[in-house]
Amino acid sequence: MNVMLDRLLLIGLAAALCAPALAAEIPRTKQGKPDFSGTYDVATLTPLQRPEMFGENLVLTPEQAEKIAAERAAYLAADLEPSDPNRSAPPAGGDGSTGAAGNVGGYNAFWIDAGEGAFRVDGEFRTSIIVDPPNGRFPEMTPVAAKAQAERRRWFRENTGEAWWMAEEGPGPYDDPELRGVGERCLLGFGSTAGPPMLPVLYNNVKRIVQNEDTVVILTEMNHDARVVRMNGEHAPPHMRFWLGDSIGRWEGDTLVIDTTNFRDETSLRSGTRDLHVVERFRYDSEGQVVYSFTVEDPNVWTRPWSGEYAWPRTDARLFEYACHEGNYALGGVLRGARLLEREWLEKHGRQGSE
Amino acid sequence: MVSRSLLAGLTLTLLAATGFAADYRAPRGPGGEHPDLNGIWQALNTANYDIEPHLARHSLQLREGPHGPLPAVDLLKLGAVGSVPAGLGVVDGGSIPYRPEALAKKKENQANWLERDPEVKCYLPGVPRATYMPFPFQIVQEEDGMMFLYEYANAVRDIHFEDPGPAPVDSWMGQSVGHWEGDTLVIEVTGLNDQTWFDRAGNHHSAQMKVTERYTPISPYHLQYEATIEDPETFTRPWTIRMPLYRRMEPDARLLDFRCVEFVEELLYGEWRRHPLPRP
Repeated sequence: MNVMLDRLLLIGLAAALCAPALAAEIPRTKQGKPDFSGTYDVATLTPLQRPEMFGENLVLTPEQAEKIAAERAAYLAADLEPSDPNRSAPPAGGDGSTGAAGNVGGYNAFWIDAGEGAFRVDGEFRTSIIVDPPNGRFPEMTPVAAKAQAERRRWFRENTGEAWWMAEEGPGPYDDPELRGVGERCLLGFGSTAGPPMLPVLYNNVKRIVQNEDTVVILTEMNHDARVVRMNGEHAPPHMRFWLGDSIGRWEGDTLVIDTTNFRDETSLRSGTRDLHVVERFRYDSEGQVVYSFTVEDPNVWTRPWSGEYAWPRTDARLFEYACHEGNYALGGVLRGARLLEREWLEKHGRQGSE
Repeated sequence: MVSRSLLAGLTLTLLAATGFAADYRAPRGPGGEHPDLNGIWQALNTANYDIEPHLARHSLQLREGPHGPLPAVDLLKLGAVGSVPAGLGVVDGGSIPYRPEALAKKKENQANWLERDPEVKCYLPGVPRATYMPFPFQIVQEEDGMMFLYEYANAVRDIHFEDPGPAPVDSWMGQSVGHWEGDTLVIEVTGLNDQTWFDRAGNHHSAQMKVTERYTPISPYHLQYEATIEDPETFTRPWTIRMPLYRRMEPDARLLDFRCVEFVEELLYGEWRRHPLPRP
């Protein structure tokens, strides 16, 4: 026999053995499907949209990744130092700190659990979750959606302690609970944590998957939002609408594919509409790690679909009960505060100064 | 002959207790060893109104009328819809063995139902109330894990089959640790807070409560449910509720959204709108 042919056969055999060897290593159910059941902590320092400095570069060098992790570790170490018990009160009007809690110095590292480093897929650190468009950024919005977004942004202002909206026509941002975001209202977690697409957020990033042949449940810690995926099911009729959409699943080889439609007017994903369509995939990567990827389409919002992926590392952590509504003192406080500011405004400017 | 009639008598007793023969063996679940509890289940009784035996009454909250109780003013306009359907009760022996001061609190809760029942505010229902809320719940069972999903307020219980130790913090739905006793799933629930009730009749408990639940398949379409309540701070002895749970048989049965948070915003926050709507 031809030695060359022998060697080719041998290489072919080795290649054939290698691929299934990996496939055999992944955990499987009794039915032989990849087993994704378990607990995951999806926190990551890699942002959804790629910082522009990385251009079209999807991959971080190990040195860059190490630097990001080291900077985070240093920040956490500094922030977790005990406070000086003899420190003076913060200055009136705030201490100038920035972030989610404004300038009153809330939300230090104790409250935040947003990961310790960049995530890795197939052994490579990533610069962003979004992989398509190639610049790792949201695609262009439709003119209608861009206008709606600009309208919403008009309402995002620094809190100067004044009811500035009283000087403007039309409704103000704090008129009614329905005008506040779904996260603030405890209708859903914020930042599309339960999705779809399910994205990492500032804290409470733990997920649970329970899986059998007919059903896959993905439970997101923040607001105990469970998605029930009906395997090989058909979508609900179009008049049926769901806060987390209607999810059906199927297997494509060793990949679990979840297709979600039938959303309501407001979705977990900011800017999404009832025509949102999300296709998600779970797979094991070359390092035996679960990778979650997704493609988002919403013709009302974006001029083309966009896609992302990131790692879901397993964790020994357990989910806490995120009972948001039961402890939601903030929403009432926001509305009451606005009413007080409006009264002050009227005292200062009188009726003619408003609306 | 004697033994045969005795046996027949025993069988009859069992049938009377559960409605089903005791020798039912359910199909095995995903792990192959334990029964398959997967499905959408629902209680069919009036326990959420009142777990104790009760006659139908005017309203969940009453005031004295010239000829007996009448609906409280705030509930008057609900008419027949606001009345309470009768129930045989689900408590073994009929009544809850309250300590005297706890019974007084129950009566006070009942007199102030509208203001105090956590269900009115769409708060998480706790255990065991989640089981017999008038909403379906789904059991999703995998080879070695299980999750309970409730339509009401998207409440969730993740069942641990390895004891993780004491609950790190009290919560509305508690910490659930499960094990199998034959074909019965036993779940011990601890770490419950004292904010939840048993029903709309003001029946309550403390944060010391431990609930031991038992789920036993008794036909392809029924689970027998039992929950034993231990809470020495509130009750003089442990007591048990039991009821069948029914499989939802609609071909497209599924949990729908009942995220009632949005339905109580007007109640909880409406007075703080910039332009409040008329309120009662």
